[in-house]
Amino acid sequence: MNDLLKQLTEAVGVSGDENDIRLLIRDLIVDHVDEWSVDTMGNLLATKRGTGQYDLRVFVDAHMDEVGLIITDIDSNGMLKFTTVGGFDDRTLLGKVVQVGPNRVTGVIGARAVHLLKSGEMSKVVRGDAMRIDIGAKSKESAGNQVSIGDRAAFVTEYEELEGGRVAIGKAFDNRAGCAALIELLRGDRYPFDLVAAFTVQEEVGLRGAKVAAAGTRPDVALVLECTPAYDQPKENDVSPNVALGKGVSVYVMDARTIQDPRLVAHLMASADAHDIPYQVRQPGGGGTNTGAIQRAGIGIPAATLAVPGRYAHMPSMMISLDDYENMIRMADVALRNLTPDILRRE
Amino acid sequence: MNDLIRTLVEAYGPSGSEDRVRDLIRPMVEPFVDETIVDAMGNLIAIKRASGKATSPLKVMIAAHMDEIGVMVSHITEKGFLRFTNIGGVFPHTLSGGRVRFADGTVGVIGSDALEDMGSIHPLNKYFIDVGATSRENCPVRVGDAAHFDRSFEARGRHLTAKSMDDRIGCAIAIEALRQLPDVTDHDLYFVFSVQEEVGTRGAEVAANRILPDISIALDVTRTGDVPESRPMDVRLGGGPAIKVRDSGMIAHPGLVRLMRRRAEEAGITYQLEVLEHGTTDARSMQLAGPGSAAGCISIPCRYIHTPSETVDVEDVTGCVDLLVAMLSKGIEL
Repeated sequence: MNDLLKQLTEAVGVSGDENDIRLLIRDLIVDHVDEWSVDTMGNLLATKRGTGQYDLRVFVDAHMDEVGLIITDIDSNGMLKFTTVGGFDDRTLLGKVVQVGPNRVTGVIGARAVHLLKSGEMSKVVRGDAMRIDIGAKSKESAGNQVSIGDRAAFVTEYEELEGGRVAIGKAFDNRAGCAALIELLRGDRYPFDLVAAFTVQEEVGLRGAKVAAAGTRPDVALVLECTPAYDQPKENDVSPNVALGKGVSVYVMDARTIQDPRLVAHLMASADAHDIPYQVRQPGGGGTNTGAIQRAGIGIPAATLAVPGRYAHMPSMMISLDDYENMIRMADVALRNLTPDILRRE
Repeated sequence: MNDLIRTLVEAYGPSGSEDRVRDLIRPMVEPFVDETIVDAMGNLIAIKRASGKATSPLKVMIAAHMDEIGVMVSHITEKGFLRFTNIGGVFPHTLSGGRVRFADGTVGVIGSDALEDMGSIHPLNKYFIDVGATSRENCPVRVGDAAHFDRSFEARGRHLTAKSMDDRIGCAIAIEALRQLPDVTDHDLYFVFSVQEEVGTRGAEVAANRILPDISIALDVTRTGDVPESRPMDVRLGGGPAIKVRDSGMIAHPGLVRLMRRRAEEAGITYQLEVLEHGTTDARSMQLAGPGSAAGCISIPCRYIHTPSETVDVEDVTGCVDLLVAMLSKGIEL
């Protein structure tokens, strides 16, 4: 059992309320870094000093926030109205168990039982604004004593391993998988340069934390560790699988927010090739990661992205391959150990 | 100037792959500037400093983007055809039968899935590129490779037609203005040949963050309303440089617009005023960078924008050069 992934995915940190996950990560890294701080927005920034070989500061980002819900009102009968934080397909919400607010009050996103549905209703989608979280409160007053408007709600999903321990199910692999990988990098030997580890906030609502983390630390180069949606179920036509579980680390080339630095992309691929680490190019096109904010911070920062493919992103249970996850750690590590200022030289 | 334009428009440089265009431009501008910088994103910044006599010179940033629209391979089918995504604003109805060229010279033909209804247009994901491969294994390109539209430059009297007039014509105007400017000017001039404009004016943003200009002028194409059944637009080919008043991303500084008009009138340059309803330029990024700058744009009227046959009028182009030189060689008081 991967205890690190279990701890990180079972912790809670919906965008804008990352306190618990930040405290957990701080405790996990504090013995492996030389200094750490928390900036105004709540990003956890830790420096692992290098051997002094290169005068470079390398920023490695993993966002620690997850998608979730926020309580917007309490109905007169004690039911909680909510809206989503980050991107959701409302259809995935009904019937799911959530934990609400700092006291982790258990609730369920209620729905009428199948027995009670009228004919025709089953073919209709229930919209999120018609759903309620039921925490069993008998009255508005009782609910108000347990939760407040503005509280976040996160899914309750236990981390489990399948397929002989090579596949994992859990919530929030996007992006606790990236956080775990970054923690593993910090646990390793010093790099030939100073490494700034940024566990960033509010990625899911628009790459907000990374923007100030990068502007505040002004690194020379950046690597983002992510979990990207896999779409590898069988399809009728010969169209792109996007990335597939178990086929290797996803390397970004272009998404809606960023064209990755081609020098870094080439370096990442060459590093993987040299160590027989499997990787796959993520289908260029839509989506976006913190790279979009980091690359354009200040006077610009060369940046690239690696990701673990994850099925069922932004749903209560995601699935990843632990081979992909371990390969991402290896790929990031060898690429960083081989990173030299020459890679960024243009002339 | 046609040779310069031909050299620039025929070069390969989809957004994110501007190296070759930069390598062409850099030696052209180096003789006329004090310093050149290539920044983290690949912008070429050519600095012509004010004469020693100027006290607290203004920082003026002039931006023309090097990148062009293109496509990127997103999937290779078992039979070796390429599905692709757009780099910048690629319109599906302009694609069928067109050609693209990859960085290594590989040429592809664009085809599409069968069109059941001739009155409709396929979305982009129903087009494919045929590079002559017969399988995924013998396909010479990979997922993630970029290509540009392949079309040669043609001078047709006053009309110049090519792919990527947007915005190599702006680059050509900047280069020509640098050649014509007097050795000594009163302002610090930052000529920026920017990257990644077509995907969201990204390069100019970081360049402007470095320069923190007082005054910003973009050089970019704008559409015209002078073709049959066109959407109304009071800009035409041959009507002279278009002084931008606003577009959907920026309202030009009114004082800068007034000054551009005055300089044009003083120099006897026929000009037009431009209001563009859809689209924007690097001026948007420059206006909002750091503490902000007084931003405007000298636009080159252009037909068939974002097709492989973008068309400009050579006298509009020289008018833009004249207007830019007039702006930069005299005082800028707003």
